[in-house]
Amino acid sequence: MRMHILGYIQLNLQLQPPLTLSNTTPEITLSARNLSRRFGSRQVIYDVTLELKRGEVLGLLGHNGAGKSTTLQMLTGCLLPDSGEIEICGFDLRKRSTLAKAHLGYLPETPPLYRELCVHDYLTFAARLRGVESSAVPAALTQTLQRCGLDSVRQKIISTLSKGYQQRVGIAQAIIHNPAVIVLDEPTVGLDPTQIRDIRTLIRELGEAHSVILSTHLLNEVESVCDRVEIMQHGRLIYGDSSVRMQHYGQVSGFIISLRHPPALSELEAIPGVSRVEQLSPEQFRVFHDQDDNPGSLLLSMAAQQGWQLEQLTPLRTTLEDVFVKITGDETVKTGEIR
Amino acid sequence: MIRLIALRELRSLYAMPSTWFVLAVLQFIFAWFFLARLEAFLEIQPQLAQLANPPGVTLTVAAPLFYTAALLLMMLVPMFTMRLIAEERRNQTLALLLSAPLSGRHIVLGKFAGLLCFLLILIVSLPLMLYTLALGTSLDHGLLLANCIGLLLLTASYVALGMYISALTTQPVIAAIGALAVLVGLWLADIGAAAADSPWHLLSPLHHFQNFNAGLLDGADVAFFVLFTTFFLLLTMKRLHNNRVYG
Repeated sequence: MRMHILGYIQLNLQLQPPLTLSNTTPEITLSARNLSRRFGSRQVIYDVTLELKRGEVLGLLGHNGAGKSTTLQMLTGCLLPDSGEIEICGFDLRKRSTLAKAHLGYLPETPPLYRELCVHDYLTFAARLRGVESSAVPAALTQTLQRCGLDSVRQKIISTLSKGYQQRVGIAQAIIHNPAVIVLDEPTVGLDPTQIRDIRTLIRELGEAHSVILSTHLLNEVESVCDRVEIMQHGRLIYGDSSVRMQHYGQVSGFIISLRHPPALSELEAIPGVSRVEQLSPEQFRVFHDQDDNPGSLLLSMAAQQGWQLEQLTPLRTTLEDVFVKITGDETVKTGEIR
Repeated sequence: MIRLIALRELRSLYAMPSTWFVLAVLQFIFAWFFLARLEAFLEIQPQLAQLANPPGVTLTVAAPLFYTAALLLMMLVPMFTMRLIAEERRNQTLALLLSAPLSGRHIVLGKFAGLLCFLLILIVSLPLMLYTLALGTSLDHGLLLANCIGLLLLTASYVALGMYISALTTQPVIAAIGALAVLVGLWLADIGAAAADSPWHLLSPLHHFQNFNAGLLDGADVAFFVLFTTFFLLLTMKRLHNNRVYG
């Protein structure tokens, strides 16, 4: 099934070179095995297995209510799984929770802010709470304030800050102790476009030295930030792969053509190099071809010769939206069939 | 860690204007009551002087003042305990504590210690006020000490109970009303039970405070307060753990 889906995937991550961790094998910072969870009689998470390496940004993608937040709550120890194991930097989250949680930074869906405190006091508290020595707090504070762009508001009461700044304070408390694993639940929700861009840059930056796992339902966020994607639906992980592999597999070659006087479908299919043709409307076709054999010029000349009157020829680009809808759609059909 | 959470609790309390308002109003009531009792004492002093073994100023002024404080705290402590956990849950700040490297024990004891310190500041004004009497007369230090210890233990038990009820709900208001209902209920059961050996007396914290109020330091009363407080602190820890289990 994976191979079948992979064919449709194209992620635009060319701008970001794949992380090179050539000398050392990537260290696994977070591993979760066979997590499942029910609320009352309703099973919400089924057998979720995740792994996260150092220097990796993992995007957890899914519809609203797919179980993303519940999964993240379990990974951070806010919720106990009914079964399954979670290890953070080699420490079992249930048995040695204090050691495990010391390596963890978590930004929940709603930033956990004490709104009556000022930014400086709140972050100092967060740092001490996460086990930063009091002598090391000022340095950690300066670095985090600068990283999250909070320098100008450090003495302000949190409740007086705008939502964007509050979100930044939320991120700041998750990274102030320099944790190995950073868990961000919808970190860019409610921000304006500039802030979103800043936060994404910050997440990319964090992803170089730490492991970041973020949940989102924004597909372009995955495109611009994540190294790896896991798609979640109805409490199951239905698809997961690295963006590099996706790019590799995701070369869908083809174009959409509009012809005013279209020939029969078989005529188009007979053109050398064309592997498959789909009719979209009476005048519009989707033409697929092999990657190294582009029949574009041939098609153009034939259209001119035979009077098909070509109106449009657009190279085919699969957007992540298409892929997402396709994957979640496929899964719905499959589970429907099983039922 | 306990200290850290306690300090955070204190800082949040002092950052709110309502805290200062309550502090001011309460000091005013204490002072008013103190002066009223003092005036009454001065009026009846000539008659008291004729008795063979007259009650001193400490018993006539200090003891009622402490008892009033105990009653007022019964109404007031729920207003402070309601926020402890219910508000953290409502504002979703509990996730910060739950995902931090500390156990439920730290969270509960930290919050308990924080609020108790705050109430201690409030209570401390009582002996300070009473010790101004030492300028003109001699005081019964033993009675004052017993009252201070009693009031402290009583407050601790109120806080523990209030915090547990706060841990049960997401709505601070419900936590306040719940704690108030339980505390007033225990008090009413105590004063309503006619028989002197009724078990209802044993359940009421205020009843156990009466011995302290009269200057009697009874081990059984101390044990009751310690057990009462520990019981509710443990229940709160259990509830906080269940938060992880049931979500």
